[in-house]
Amino acid sequence: MTAIPNSIDAVETLLSGQGYVASRALATVVFLSLKLGRPLFLEGEAGTGKTEIAKTLATALGRRLIRLQCYEGLDAASAVAEWNFAAQMIAIRTAEGATDRDQLKTELFTDDYLIERPLLAAMRPQPGGAPVLLIDEIDRTDEPFEAFLLEALSDFQVTIPELGTIRAPEPPIVILTSNRTREVHDALKRRCLYHWVDYPTFDRELQILNARAPEARNTLSREIVAFVQKLRREDLFKRPGVAETIDWAKCLLALDVIALSPEVISDTLGAILKYQDDIQKLQGSEARRLLDEVKRELAPA
Amino acid sequence: MKPLASTMATHAPLDIPEDGKLAHNIVHFARALRKAGLPIGPGRTLDAVNAVAAAGFDRREDFYFTLQAIFVSRPEERSVFAQVFRLFWRDPRYLDHMMSLMLPQVHGVQEDRRAEAAEKRAAEALVDGQLPPVPQEDTPGDRIEIDATATMSAEERLKTLDFEQMSGEEVAAARRMLARLSLPVQPLTTRRTAPSALTARIDARRTLRAALRQGGEITRLIHKAPVTRWPNLVVLCDISGSMADYSRMVLHFVHAVANRKGQGWARVHAFTFGTRLTNITRHLRDRDVDAALRAAGAEAQDWSGGTRIGQSLHVFNRDWSRRVLGQGAVVLLITDGLDRDDSALLARETERLHLSCRRLIWLNPLLRWTSFAPRAQGIRAILPHVDSFRAGHSIASLEALGRAISEPSDHGERDRLLAMLRA
Repeated sequence: MTAIPNSIDAVETLLSGQGYVASRALATVVFLSLKLGRPLFLEGEAGTGKTEIAKTLATALGRRLIRLQCYEGLDAASAVAEWNFAAQMIAIRTAEGATDRDQLKTELFTDDYLIERPLLAAMRPQPGGAPVLLIDEIDRTDEPFEAFLLEALSDFQVTIPELGTIRAPEPPIVILTSNRTREVHDALKRRCLYHWVDYPTFDRELQILNARAPEARNTLSREIVAFVQKLRREDLFKRPGVAETIDWAKCLLALDVIALSPEVISDTLGAILKYQDDIQKLQGSEARRLLDEVKRELAPA
Repeated sequence: MKPLASTMATHAPLDIPEDGKLAHNIVHFARALRKAGLPIGPGRTLDAVNAVAAAGFDRREDFYFTLQAIFVSRPEERSVFAQVFRLFWRDPRYLDHMMSLMLPQVHGVQEDRRAEAAEKRAAEALVDGQLPPVPQEDTPGDRIEIDATATMSAEERLKTLDFEQMSGEEVAAARRMLARLSLPVQPLTTRRTAPSALTARIDARRTLRAALRQGGEITRLIHKAPVTRWPNLVVLCDISGSMADYSRMVLHFVHAVANRKGQGWARVHAFTFGTRLTNITRHLRDRDVDAALRAAGAEAQDWSGGTRIGQSLHVFNRDWSRRVLGQGAVVLLITDGLDRDDSALLARETERLHLSCRRLIWLNPLLRWTSFAPRAQGIRAILPHVDSFRAGHSIASLEALGRAISEPSDHGERDRLLAMLRA
């Protein structure tokens, strides 16, 4: 188990050791979240590395990663714990008539029959220290669940009616992510440290690509990053994120491409753009024009 | 609070006064941000001081990012934060001076606020009643008579009268009627469940807990049913010159719908467009309709200008659709369809809008002409992509909208006009 880093530089070193190149702002807010024990709320477009940083942090600190994937209609039963009704009913049937009520109650409502869900699992003591609790895509749930989460996150305890209150011995490291399809309530945001994850600059994206797809030659990596950066300035319905850049680089490597050309781009456009309108806009002469600009800008470098 | 002067002295000097009052300056900075519009309470100011103490000053930008992590909670606030930071930490006295020019009380406890429109009216009414005896002569013609005995036929006539042809007092009477209209909505079923007596889905958890009372014997089954919730409404209102009279009346209607208490839409978002798209949702929350529309009018700068529907829908689709249409919203598009832009763009953007929302309803005042035929390019571009096409030129037509909006199979005049288009 690694200790909590004690400076922002230490956080940067820790993350880049795992291949995650973070901006200074993100490293600062991660450090503050670890030091002050506050949850971290990451908002941004899809594909900018929000989920990735939780995984990286868990690996780097040697903690268990517990992931709660949010969806509409998620309620406390699916998030905290649920009783194993089938097993309980079998127990009732097998113990038919032979036991008294209190003994039955104590036998039925024990940890044996409890199915732990992520929030409860995060409150249990883990070997290696407090786990990293990733609550992914919180904007997909609705306001009642947010209110429930607010209560759970402020005291790090959950209540199960039959078992009582279960408190976390050490508060877990909580990271919430959101794609902003809905405005998350201010009360929850204020409980956390907020950070908007933006698309990276050219230099940082190049570093990320070198860390994640090191087999690519430097010239190809530079062309890929420059092209995607230019695409982000175009008027697209969905701009490609960093995850798309890495996917595209891996596709090109699989096709043994050495340098970009308009044909290669139109063949592999599905790796960066996911909407048909955007693909149609880019195919053909548009891709050629962008590629020419990229080559012209990279030439003296 | 441990003194922070020692930490400061060992690192590169920042543009802040080195007199050991960093915590005091952070508090002052938080108040400056609050005046700039960011919602920051004293709890966060305390967090900021703790965070700065924890983070230290390895690099100049760490201070900036530390404060940003605490004080900013929306992406829009970042630019405001950056400007106030630059102004404040260059020289706090400079910002003080600027703030004192704008507001008379900077250090005072009581915040100054502008008098609300309703308060002004109320204040005037109060003062008028208590003024010392100044002869107030009622000049002839100034007398306002409120005739509460409007006959049924007069009201019905007002309902069918076209907005464009109303006179001043008819407009005022119509506004009062619009304030009483509503837009009933069908609830949506969600994936959550709640106990219910009637349905077939069994709630195993509650059944078993109830069985405990009988020693494990299941004597009764408890059922659950899906919970319903209300959908969102998004209104896109054209405020260009050709729609001038209609848009003002329709916005009164939208304000009434947005402020209706009790069962109704979950959230009502409203946008106006002419040459650019403006979000006026915040202004509609004001209960007083005059204040709300005045604030909206001040924000949207393109009243009675030209029309660029395609471009505005494009901006909406790109910037707002994912944020407001996410959970099954109904979109009300209020425009006459007369557009200056390229109709291919308009068709594409309307199709994209249609694909992103649950139902797209088009209200067009031009349908007041019974012999209306879709000839204009803009109208031909929009028509195939809407779910329902209705008239929006009078109170009666808005009432008809109210009746029809809860019918999912209602298409208004769309099919008839589509047939004309293809013929």
